Amino acid sequence: MRQKAVTVVGAAETTELGVIPNLSQIQLHADAALNAMAECGLRPKDIDGIATAAETPVQIAHYLGITPTWVDGTSVGGCSFMIHVRHAAAAIEAGLAKTILVTHGESGKSRVGNPPRSVPPSSLQGQFEQPYGPMGPPSLFTVPVLRYMKRYGVTVEQIAEVCVVQREWAGKNPRATFRNPITVEDVLASRMIAYPFRLLMCCLVTDGGGALILTSAERARDFPTRPVYILGTGESVETPMVSQMEDFTSSRAFRVAGPTAFQQAGISRNDVDHLMIYDAFAHLPLYGLEDLGFVTRGEAARFIAERNTAPGGKLPLNTNGGGLSYMHSGMYGMYALQESVRQMRGIAPAQIPGAKISVCHGVGGMFAASGTIIFSNEAP
Amino acid sequence: MAEPGRALPQPTPETQHFWDGTKAGELRLQRCDACGKVYFPPRPFCAACASRQVSVFQASGRAILWSYVIHHRKVAGFNPPYAIAVVQLAEGPRMMTNIVDCPQTPEALQLDMPVEVVFEKQTDDITLPLFRPAFVPLAKG
Repeated sequence: MRQKAVTVVGAAETTELGVIPNLSQIQLHADAALNAMAECGLRPKDIDGIATAAETPVQIAHYLGITPTWVDGTSVGGCSFMIHVRHAAAAIEAGLAKTILVTHGESGKSRVGNPPRSVPPSSLQGQFEQPYGPMGPPSLFTVPVLRYMKRYGVTVEQIAEVCVVQREWAGKNPRATFRNPITVEDVLASRMIAYPFRLLMCCLVTDGGGALILTSAERARDFPTRPVYILGTGESVETPMVSQMEDFTSSRAFRVAGPTAFQQAGISRNDVDHLMIYDAFAHLPLYGLEDLGFVTRGEAARFIAERNTAPGGKLPLNTNGGGLSYMHSGMYGMYALQESVRQMRGIAPAQIPGAKISVCHGVGGMFAASGTIIFSNEAP
Repeated sequence: MAEPGRALPQPTPETQHFWDGTKAGELRLQRCDACGKVYFPPRPFCAACASRQVSVFQASGRAILWSYVIHHRKVAGFNPPYAIAVVQLAEGPRMMTNIVDCPQTPEALQLDMPVEVVFEKQTDDITLPLFRPAFVPLAKG
């Protein structure tokens, strides 16, 4: 069933990205929201729906002066914003709100005014994972990968290619944090973090934010921006414990969210012109390409090494440079969405000529959650 | 690896049997009396069929090494590099653990190698289930 036409009419990141010690986390939300509101000529009274993660929608609505008739505080990690877009589209169709603002802001690097993250020792993670010495995502998100490598005969050099190709894209993007070209040798010479993962196979840690404004396609005609249509959406969750994933070589949440979005959009993989797969670590594009059905099982590393996702390739992937090279504040999903919208508006720094359909696929937690959005710049 | 400072679990009413088990030198799993599913982590019902009729039983303690990373950053209670591992128990469920009595290297830590549970006391209340290579003969400790 195809979604009725809901569009993104506002999309903006914080004015600065990277290291922003002069703004607290809530102001990063506001900076991005004000930029998005300004580009489509809205004021707080024009917004009647608010969604955000990490901070509560109460805090953001109050801070921005918004009186919502609809709120969504889904907070399942970095793909929360894909899920917000999905819920917002449904809410607009159902008439629960007309103009919805989705915000993200995170002082991931400077850590100004952000709530502490900790794992309660009585939680299942606290009882059955934390005692064995993990320290955040670099030591947990990476745990399944040796099993994936063994099952499919994938080498660490092949995984390093993911980082090399994404750096090529970042080189085309003036806002990317890391822009200098790198080689597989550079990746494998970088500091070991959690074998087999080295520093350059792990995402950046930066400050920033982003905001999206959604409304119906009908109302979008009155906005000054080029509307970006939502063709299909999907979401799911699996487990808060990476050790309890059903399959270490595939994400159940990916396998639910991705195909749900494709089915709703009524498109095939061959119709996709541009793809974003949330890359907190270098293995995520491999899992994403396979779980979304772009390649068969075990083929993703070869697909990337053969430059299919690189500049000039048939399936441009993570064209902003991704979490590995562009920016990663901790909940990166908003920046993947921003790049999809830029590509559909035709204004991306590394613009894909003639791109009409963009798939934006997110992960939350350590394979805990997923959200997929399929965008188009043509009305469905 | 029994150094002070490691994060320790705080049992809840639903998990107390597991931690009582490790303290007594038993690895305890649960089995659904209705559908037969063996599961972990602990909960007083079956997530496969929603039955509340479940039993606790002592697992064999045998497992294979399923996946891991070798952590190179300092964490309280650990001397890097050390492996953060997941083992697949003979009964089916997987659990996170550390591999002891074994070099913490890719060469020594081969996926699918057999391992067996050992119990390492942390405090009077908490004993952790760790695993060691099963083919290494060791004096009973």
